[in-house]
Amino acid sequence: MNSEERLTRQEKIRNFSIIAHIDHGKSTLADRILEKTNALASREMKAQLLDSMDLERERGITIKLNSVQLKYKAKDGETYIFHLIDTPGHVDFTYEVSRSLAACEGAILVVDAAQGIEAQTLANVYLALDNDLEILPIINKIDLPSADPERVRNEIEEVIGLDASEAVLASAKAGIGIEEILEQVVEKVPAPTGDPDAPLKALIFDSLFDAYRGVVAYIRVVDGTVKAGDKIKMMATGKEFEVVEVGVFSPKAQVQDELTVGDVGFLTASIKNVGDTRVGDTITSAKNGATEALPGYRKLNPMVYCGLYPIDSAKFNDLREALEKLELNDSALQFEPETSQALGFGFRCGFLGLLHMEIIQERIEREFKIDLITTAPSVIYDVILTDGSRLKVDNPSNMPEPQKIDRVEEPYVKATMMAPNDYVGAIMELCQAKRGIFIDMQYMDETRVNITYEIPLSEIVYDFFDQLKSNTKGYASFDYELIGYKPSRLVKMDILLNAEKVDALSFIVHKDFSYERGKIIVDKLKGLIPRQQFEVPIQAAIGQKIVARSTIKSMGKNVLAKCYGGDISRKRKLLEKQKEGKKRMKQVGSVEVPQEAFMAVLKMDDNGPKK
Amino acid sequence: MKAAYIHIPFCEHICHYCDFNKVFLKGQPVDAYLDSLAKEMEMTMTMKQTPTNYLETIFIGGGTPTALNESQLEKLCQMIKDHLPYNNKTEFTFEANPGDLSAEKLRILFQAGVNRISFGVQTFNEELLKRIGRVHRAKDVYQSIDLAKNTGFENISIDLMYSLPGQTLADFKETLHTSFSLDIKHYSGYSLIIEPKTIFYNLMQKGKLPSPGEDVEAEMYDTLMEEMDKHGFKQYEISNFSKPGYESQHNLTYWNNEWYYGFGAGAHGYVNGYRMANHGPLKKYMDAIKMEQLPVLEKHQVSRKEQIEEEMFLGLRKTAGVNMMHFQNKYEEDLMDLFKDEIHDLSNRELIVIANDHIQLTKKGRFLGNEVFQSFLR
Repeated sequence: MNSEERLTRQEKIRNFSIIAHIDHGKSTLADRILEKTNALASREMKAQLLDSMDLERERGITIKLNSVQLKYKAKDGETYIFHLIDTPGHVDFTYEVSRSLAACEGAILVVDAAQGIEAQTLANVYLALDNDLEILPIINKIDLPSADPERVRNEIEEVIGLDASEAVLASAKAGIGIEEILEQVVEKVPAPTGDPDAPLKALIFDSLFDAYRGVVAYIRVVDGTVKAGDKIKMMATGKEFEVVEVGVFSPKAQVQDELTVGDVGFLTASIKNVGDTRVGDTITSAKNGATEALPGYRKLNPMVYCGLYPIDSAKFNDLREALEKLELNDSALQFEPETSQALGFGFRCGFLGLLHMEIIQERIEREFKIDLITTAPSVIYDVILTDGSRLKVDNPSNMPEPQKIDRVEEPYVKATMMAPNDYVGAIMELCQAKRGIFIDMQYMDETRVNITYEIPLSEIVYDFFDQLKSNTKGYASFDYELIGYKPSRLVKMDILLNAEKVDALSFIVHKDFSYERGKIIVDKLKGLIPRQQFEVPIQAAIGQKIVARSTIKSMGKNVLAKCYGGDISRKRKLLEKQKEGKKRMKQVGSVEVPQEAFMAVLKMDDNGPKK
Repeated sequence: MKAAYIHIPFCEHICHYCDFNKVFLKGQPVDAYLDSLAKEMEMTMTMKQTPTNYLETIFIGGGTPTALNESQLEKLCQMIKDHLPYNNKTEFTFEANPGDLSAEKLRILFQAGVNRISFGVQTFNEELLKRIGRVHRAKDVYQSIDLAKNTGFENISIDLMYSLPGQTLADFKETLHTSFSLDIKHYSGYSLIIEPKTIFYNLMQKGKLPSPGEDVEAEMYDTLMEEMDKHGFKQYEISNFSKPGYESQHNLTYWNNEWYYGFGAGAHGYVNGYRMANHGPLKKYMDAIKMEQLPVLEKHQVSRKEQIEEEMFLGLRKTAGVNMMHFQNKYEEDLMDLFKDEIHDLSNRELIVIANDHIQLTKKGRFLGNEVFQSFLR
């Protein structure tokens, strides 16, 4: 291609994402668009094709991004090149969303015709506006009996301030309105404006690791062109590589001669380490490269930490390998070895959020077949000692003795919740119980309210979201962003089993809630730890002071006193099952403790007193 | 081969806890089933895989064997005579529901050589009997046992159950007290285990089964053992008690890890080193036999490792425990070496003890048998 051809082609390119609150139908719409543009024979269609990891399909969420190139013949007779860039829908992955939006000129905003705008919708819209995207609102699920498109149309105009007069009324599930959406993409989403002759500037918006090709970087070319054999440089890390191949996903990977302005595709360059292709970084030419990187790169910092320990301590090295493999694909995952008196050797791991943590845990258990003990998640506390020095504590058991602490600061988030006004009381009650500071409450229309609180992240990390859902019958939606550290009156609570302190069960709690939480946790543990051969006292202590106590009774009877006839295999199976169950427990001192017990602090509130 | 189990999978009523292979009697091809059973015995015995001099025990169980009518009983007894080698020394047990055995049925059994009757009494509390789905009444038990004794049966056993829903320790003590007035030789005391696919299981899932709980169950078991001892019944296995010389030889075959035939739908056998399970559904069972095939659903050759494990977890159920000499002779390995760590750990926990060249459960070990048995699975 010469420059002129590139410019003509550029005119026909439309790059866009779909943004939506979870469950508003993003993945289904993506599938329909793929179908409509014949990207796939229908027999190739698996429900929700863009979500390719099993876990993604099961949980109905997108974790890793995908991009796909589509050809669309519009009503004006011209054929357009679409790049559809999928975005993760969860708040843990906000940064990744913002990077993939940065690769687009437009975004389709999907709003559920029955549920209307939700907290995540807003968060995503703001991200899209930050990136100067043309936003095309569409109202989805209009075939639902409870659909009220006109109300939702007003909401979009009033709450977000978008012109929704041309919002397509669609049902991705029933295939209604898909063509109108595609026509609007042609009409309204601007073509890319870069210069194909300028030095290369390509944004990395995602990457994954392939055993054969090394790192596959997902890129959007902003200026210039890139082809196999080019020498390239990563602007943030300064690392240089030689391009092995470039291509697009359609949706299968297809190698191309070059990628030029507006193209969204992949690039491989025998890169061994995902850390070398950081999301948000800019790729340029090694020689005569661009002087200024694309804006927006930042290093991702974990917000939530927990300990991961293999139940079978012999699997420590397997766990290290598993984490190393996952890290290849997930530069946000951090880990370093740690030791627990109770659990032995393991890793302290940092995650973007709770969902990220659960996903990693599940993948280790599923894909690497390592049974894990996960300690309760912790945030990073900023501890100012009496000698004036500061200490970052990401593991409760490392909290210094109270007398050495001057004060403790903990991270706070701004939490935004939207719900019908009937639930305002329930939401405020919950936020108060979670030590929230009321900031603002605004009516979006006569019935829906937007409530803002500042809440300690540690409270969110516990079961805030679950409780919010259950206290509002699932109507409330929720989003949060980190706003900084504030001092809090925090203490470390230790748990003793059989008079021995179990470091892995320690947690940090606000002083005012400590007695109550201590009581809840010992009762909870009593229910979770099976009866042992001897009586096991459980105590909660702050420093030397016992604040709560409970006792697990000794085992009464565990012997099969039943006539099974000659069916010996059945007896064997039963014994094997009991034995298997034991293997999933960790021997702590002389007590066998099941996996769930270590997470008990997390789910502390579900039988706790409601104030 | 020393033993044979014969399964009669028909019941007039289904008990709320039962998960054995059984069907409602009404409208079932009982006679055709008996024909298949005869054929299975014939096929098995003519294969001559194993020299069988005569069987030391035969056990007819169910289901409800007493659901058969007189002519069906005759047919059953005849086929056993025709196909299975036994003599007057063979322990020949017939499982019975109280109230189901007429004088005539008893006579048929007695003449065929049956010499032991095991009644499914479960409890003497009328309320509890109803609750667990049994249709007999306490008085049926006295009558049936009298009738059996009058027919000439001398070796009579009853099954009792504890940890029944709503049962209190006092209820159970009363049942035990009544049981000792019966003048019989053998008792089995089983704790209720809630199994899937039973009425009780469904109730439990709905939270509507008032189980007495682990602690009461343990007290009941303790009471059972104490009372049996007081009345001169020796515990020879976790759940079995008898007057000296009246131990169930058939059950001991299982605990001693020896071979036995299993005849009938859903029956289990252990033949020539293979554990086998027959087809459970009547049609499948009968169809296989129609095709001149053994009605075997599963056949598993027990590896040496499994044999040793089973030797331990079955043998330790017996009060006598596992005989180390016997083990040495059978497996040419020293038990104390083989399970050194396990034996050390379990002895420390006071769950097992070594006495007179035997490894035995302690009394505490009897309560926590599964803890011990598991240790020997590798």
